[in-house]
Amino acid sequence: MSRLKYGWWLPLLAAFVVFPLVEKNPTYTTIGVFTLIFMGCAASWNMFSGYSGYINLGAAVFYGTGAYTMTLLSNHLHVPGSGDQFWLVPVGGLVAMIVALPFGLIALRVRRHTFVVITIAIFFVFQLSAINFSFTGGTSGLSLPLIPWLVTNFNTPFYYIALGIVIFATLLSFAVRRSRFGLQLLAIRDDEDRASGLGVKVFAVKLTGFVLSAFAIGMCGALYAVFEGQIYPQFVFDPLFDISIALMAIFGGLGTLVGPLLGALVLESMQQYLTLQFSNSSLYLVLFGALFLFIVLFMPQGVVVYVRDLWTRHSLASDDDSTSMDPALSGSTLS
Amino acid sequence: MTTLLKVQGVCKAFGGLQALSSCSLNVEKGTIAGLIGPNGSGKTTLFNVITGYVKPDGGSVTLADQDITGAPSNKVFALGIGRTFQITRIFARLSVLENMLVATQRDESWLRGLTRSKSSKSEVAAAMEWLDFVGIARLAALSAGSLSFGQRKLLELAYILVADPDVILLDEPAGGVNLTLLNGIAEKIRALNKSGKTFLIVEHNMEFVMNLCDNVTVMHQGADLVTGTPAEVRSNPLVLDAYLGGSEVDEAEEAS
Repeated sequence: MSRLKYGWWLPLLAAFVVFPLVEKNPTYTTIGVFTLIFMGCAASWNMFSGYSGYINLGAAVFYGTGAYTMTLLSNHLHVPGSGDQFWLVPVGGLVAMIVALPFGLIALRVRRHTFVVITIAIFFVFQLSAINFSFTGGTSGLSLPLIPWLVTNFNTPFYYIALGIVIFATLLSFAVRRSRFGLQLLAIRDDEDRASGLGVKVFAVKLTGFVLSAFAIGMCGALYAVFEGQIYPQFVFDPLFDISIALMAIFGGLGTLVGPLLGALVLESMQQYLTLQFSNSSLYLVLFGALFLFIVLFMPQGVVVYVRDLWTRHSLASDDDSTSMDPALSGSTLS
Repeated sequence: MTTLLKVQGVCKAFGGLQALSSCSLNVEKGTIAGLIGPNGSGKTTLFNVITGYVKPDGGSVTLADQDITGAPSNKVFALGIGRTFQITRIFARLSVLENMLVATQRDESWLRGLTRSKSSKSEVAAAMEWLDFVGIARLAALSAGSLSFGQRKLLELAYILVADPDVILLDEPAGGVNLTLLNGIAEKIRALNKSGKTFLIVEHNMEFVMNLCDNVTVMHQGADLVTGTPAEVRSNPLVLDAYLGGSEVDEAEEAS
């Protein structure tokens, strides 16, 4: 069973590694980079919000912080546009974590729905600050040192770094899922007061998860800044970013390992493709709306959970006549 | 006999409602103490105060001479008081075994939890042992949400026990449970008591309380009314009065 469970990761990973070697058209590799950036964000976001049930609609704060950290540092440290900026990507993640600490200390004082509202409020505080402070360049944004690479190969390093972040975020989610800390997050999702009554230090656990999830999102923001070469507050602190990654995770399956990755893969590549094809940057919102109506109505737990349930039912049905199968023990082997 | 859990003059008001007014209670080590009283007399609120879910306005709670008044619920659990809820509260989307594993460590630092795996072999073994004790070991892999009401009660009891608390607070263990299971639960409580566990039980089923408990405290309007052996309590006229309601004259006097 476990070979069946993990065996398909490897060919999938191989496909991602090979993609830029096969596909040389920069239009499509650009879509690849954006898709991977969102996969990293969605996976990392899910590690806190999916596991704990605390839907964070202020994750763009981490993303924007990463982007501004990258931009300000590479400008002030005079990092040449030669790819040396990539060393600052983890710094973007770390600064995002530092910002996440007071953010979490405030927002996590309240529960559930109120938490969602507070995260949105804090998000706007950051967006407005970025627009109004002078060191952020205001609405005209900031530009980074130009990278003088050829168009044909420009995307490749970004692609592989983004892939690295996705792998990191996925492995971290996996490790958290298997750790005691992850179990405590899941217990908080199901019944926070009960968890506290069983010895779980709920506030510390929530705050740790929140801060931890900021790292990969901050790195993605930092990478995005280098990739674009120019950042604007309304694009790095973008409310649509918050909603998008939440929807990606919900689409694939909130709290599952694969769900957010699948959600980001499908939705982000679709969005990029539609934007390119019809040169209309908000057409995707219409499609997203319809898609989510469908998901919420027919697969409320997300695609991954839906397919898994189908599979479990199928394998239970085919094993029906073999008496050795104890349904009591087979229930959660696929989860 | 030493007093393990001591509640002294605890008060708690919710807005204009005085849920607890100077309520005192002693639970001796190694006994099964019962807590009865009419609906709304403050039994569950007292439980919430003891276990850190509600901060009292006044009074004190001590466990083995350690002041735990107003301590957060995870701290109270760490010090050795486990409780169940009137309406069972389990982690519905975790498996039965995972439910047990949440509770295996009474006082582990969150940092340690961050760096170690979900469970050790000995923790799983202990969890399975207690599941077996309450009789639901065969359901270990099922999601807890699929358990029946009675099974949830058993699971709640089991995951309190796995952390090995000194005092166990049960809020209506007999509520909504069929007779066979009820006898089973009483038996388990007796067996655990023999092995040294102290119990404080809120219950409406009088037969259950009177048969099981060494001492019974009757609560009325947020205060302790009478404490004594089941026989003493049963024959006390004050208790009857509390349950059947005082005469109308009394109530009119109180109101004025």
